[in-house]
Amino acid sequence: MSFGLLEITDRVDGVDQLSGPQFLPAKQILWLLAVVAILASAGCTHPQPGADLVIINGAEPESLDPAVLTGEADGRVALELFAGLTRYDPSDARPIPDLAESWDLTADGKVYTFHLRTNLVWSTGEPITADDFVYSWLRVLNRSNAAEYAGQLFYLKNGEAYNAGQIKDPSQVGVMALDHHTLRVELIHPTAFFLDLCTYVTLRIVPRQAIERNGDRWLMIQPVPCSGPYELAAWRVNDRIRLRKNPRYWDAANTKSEIVDLLPCTSANTALNLYETGVADVVWDKNLVPVELLDVLLKRPDFHSFSYLGTYFIRFNVTRKPFGDPRVRQALALVIDKRRIVEKITKGGERAASSYTPPWIHGYSPPDGLGFDPELARKLLAQGGFPDGKGFPSFEYLCDTTSRLHEQIAIELQDMWRRELGLHARIRKLEWKTYLRAQGELDYDLSRSSWIGDYNDPNTFLDMFMSNNGNNRTGWSEARYDALVRDANAQVDHEQRARLLQQAEILLVREEAPIVPLYYYAGLEYYDTNRIKGIFPNVLSQNPIRSIYKVSAQPRASNPKSEGSAARETHFADGQLTTDN
Amino acid sequence: MFYSLKRLAFTIPLMLLISFLAFELLHVAPGGPFDKERAPASPEIKRVLEAKFHLNESIGKQYLRYLGLLWEKTPDGKWRRVDGGLIAGDFGPSMKYRNHTVNDIISQGLPVSMALGALAFCFAVGLGIPLGVFAAIRKGDWQDYAVSLLALLAICIPALVIGPMLIMHFAIQWRWFPVALWGSVWHAVLPTLTLGLYFAGKISRLMREGMLTTLHAEFITTARAKGLSETAVMLKHALRLAVLPVVSYSGPLLADLLTGSFVVENIFQIPGIGVFLVNGTLNRDYTMVVGLVVLYALLLLGLNLVVDLAYSLLDPRVRYE
Repeated sequence: MSFGLLEITDRVDGVDQLSGPQFLPAKQILWLLAVVAILASAGCTHPQPGADLVIINGAEPESLDPAVLTGEADGRVALELFAGLTRYDPSDARPIPDLAESWDLTADGKVYTFHLRTNLVWSTGEPITADDFVYSWLRVLNRSNAAEYAGQLFYLKNGEAYNAGQIKDPSQVGVMALDHHTLRVELIHPTAFFLDLCTYVTLRIVPRQAIERNGDRWLMIQPVPCSGPYELAAWRVNDRIRLRKNPRYWDAANTKSEIVDLLPCTSANTALNLYETGVADVVWDKNLVPVELLDVLLKRPDFHSFSYLGTYFIRFNVTRKPFGDPRVRQALALVIDKRRIVEKITKGGERAASSYTPPWIHGYSPPDGLGFDPELARKLLAQGGFPDGKGFPSFEYLCDTTSRLHEQIAIELQDMWRRELGLHARIRKLEWKTYLRAQGELDYDLSRSSWIGDYNDPNTFLDMFMSNNGNNRTGWSEARYDALVRDANAQVDHEQRARLLQQAEILLVREEAPIVPLYYYAGLEYYDTNRIKGIFPNVLSQNPIRSIYKVSAQPRASNPKSEGSAARETHFADGQLTTDN
Repeated sequence: MFYSLKRLAFTIPLMLLISFLAFELLHVAPGGPFDKERAPASPEIKRVLEAKFHLNESIGKQYLRYLGLLWEKTPDGKWRRVDGGLIAGDFGPSMKYRNHTVNDIISQGLPVSMALGALAFCFAVGLGIPLGVFAAIRKGDWQDYAVSLLALLAICIPALVIGPMLIMHFAIQWRWFPVALWGSVWHAVLPTLTLGLYFAGKISRLMREGMLTTLHAEFITTARAKGLSETAVMLKHALRLAVLPVVSYSGPLLADLLTGSFVVENIFQIPGIGVFLVNGTLNRDYTMVVGLVVLYALLLLGLNLVVDLAYSLLDPRVRYE
């Protein structure tokens, strides 16, 4: 009897089968006690086979289906299960060949021909062919599958039209198998970041037969044919995902760890406790560091802070008075002391932002936005019709309750606006979904916002503020901006493209200022570099699991007494190491 | 027997009411399961997604579909019941965890929550009853006061405080038990203590009162008078009646164990179902929340019935017809 305790079964039995008795309505409580006691003692003694590497991965994945998933934690797992044309270089997350061995690009930059390796097979033994790509990509684009990230394939010829249902014939979409090992991809424009997209999780290949046979639950029915370095050994919701090395992956020889456990965890204190007691080897979600302990933890050699491709910013609702006036928006932006926010509140190595696009993005240097200049701000506010803030209506700053940080920043901003401009801001805190709905329906004056880049190119930040983009959510619609971004993305010449994007961004963060960037994110991962090798912090925070391993990996025991790593000192007072909730 | 059937029949309208309220209330809350920080590639995609889960239908129709009481016209003009639904034991797909059905999640999480609840129950009863009896026998002594004080502390300090304190000392300072997770007998110790202490305290109080009342009853005097040993008087006669307040408290106790396990599952990162009820509400995972509410309601009704039946077995004065 397993009595509901963790038990990872053999793959033939199913991903997550669990044998356990139901609650027995015994006639007498004493009976019940006896039964429970016996079961508990019998069920608790299952030793759990060890993993070579245990990683705390963040929130429980909503899905591991590349066409469905939207979360970062989800993507990190799916990227190991499903391969694409290219994959992330472990050292800098730039695209390198994966299933495609090489590719040609035409001079106009619009047609890629990918040459697949000839020795590719699924983990279940069937050959991988170019048709798998056609199937997987069309599956993302097919409207009836409602893939939220279908936009990643709108760069294909007729991709968007097929998704919108204007074109019914999938053969008109710009992806075609010339033969088993050759894939032809036709794009609308030369797309500088197309290889980055090929690396992205949405464009990974999925097993057609399993999906057609098993429908939405295809990932729950073993064996799941996988194309990546790992296969799914077990998936128990909110408990753990176990990956097992896929011996049929073309580069299996370089997959370093056999069995990897990924633990879902959203409590920073629990994550830290698990790490400190040696249960977890790596913690790599930026939300899994207790903010209260940041000062202490950042000084430790096993805490690694790095520049991350994300920006925290404020949206203005430009459809509401007086925020339709760029001068008013600029005035509010100019009195924000961003340095103070990163030094006093976030404290995790973030950098005050001037531009929206982080400066460490590939092949682009973002323009300077608005700095800290209260004098100029007061002048602009007066020009906007509110000398010394007189007559300025009190307004609302919208933030959500997912983190205390947002409120702390809101209070700081509220104070800056009051002190420098004499304006009165109210903080409106909403629970996450309510906040999203309010922001989406433009039911706010100012709203805290953030954005994480999907791929290493400025387009992932800049295209969202085009007029028709669903992520704009400011009501700001500027024909000049739309034209600049569109023009830029049609350029073959990288420098010319970068120049056009810069001009667009100047509109966004300086001249029109529908948003105010506050800071660029810093990522934080923790692991002991003496024990864990193969992780290289990078701006996308993409650390392929296939290259990570533990030095002198020893079998893990389930008994915590033998796990208690006395060797590793707790570096601070015990009082700080408690859980929340 | 008839009594049990009557009670069971009563659950059906009650379940309908509970599920209807849960369904309506959740839909009234602003935001939906597919409102995310990133908008889908086009508004059309979101519409298709919502249509996939029938969120575009009227609430009444959705509710009937959820129950499995919806008939739709097939192309050949016949009316056919839409498959699945609560009456078929199908809680539907989760709107948040898209590869899982709510049934998948319940079948994974419920045994874990049940195990935790059962262990805490055993702990509470196993500690509470002897302590209560002991305190009653030593009434007025310092032992009585000590037990009462401990019981009071256990009742007053919430799991939110006890859990982290236990973790701090037993898991981090002394490394006797794991800090979190679930999987071996070691993992179950701290959560069981955290969840069970409160109930152990309550039970020991109830037991002490029950024992004191019973010890003054005439049949105890009779038992002593006919020369039974003190142990036999206590165990064979007094205990059986004195435990009744504890048995009648078991109903609410089991209910509290279930709800209490939300907190404890969170503190110890235990893969039970309590976490899903809380997060499901935040995620607007409609099917998940309504499914779990229905499940909890069923469990509570069932457990209460068991408790009532147990009562009749222990107390000869109580008989259900």
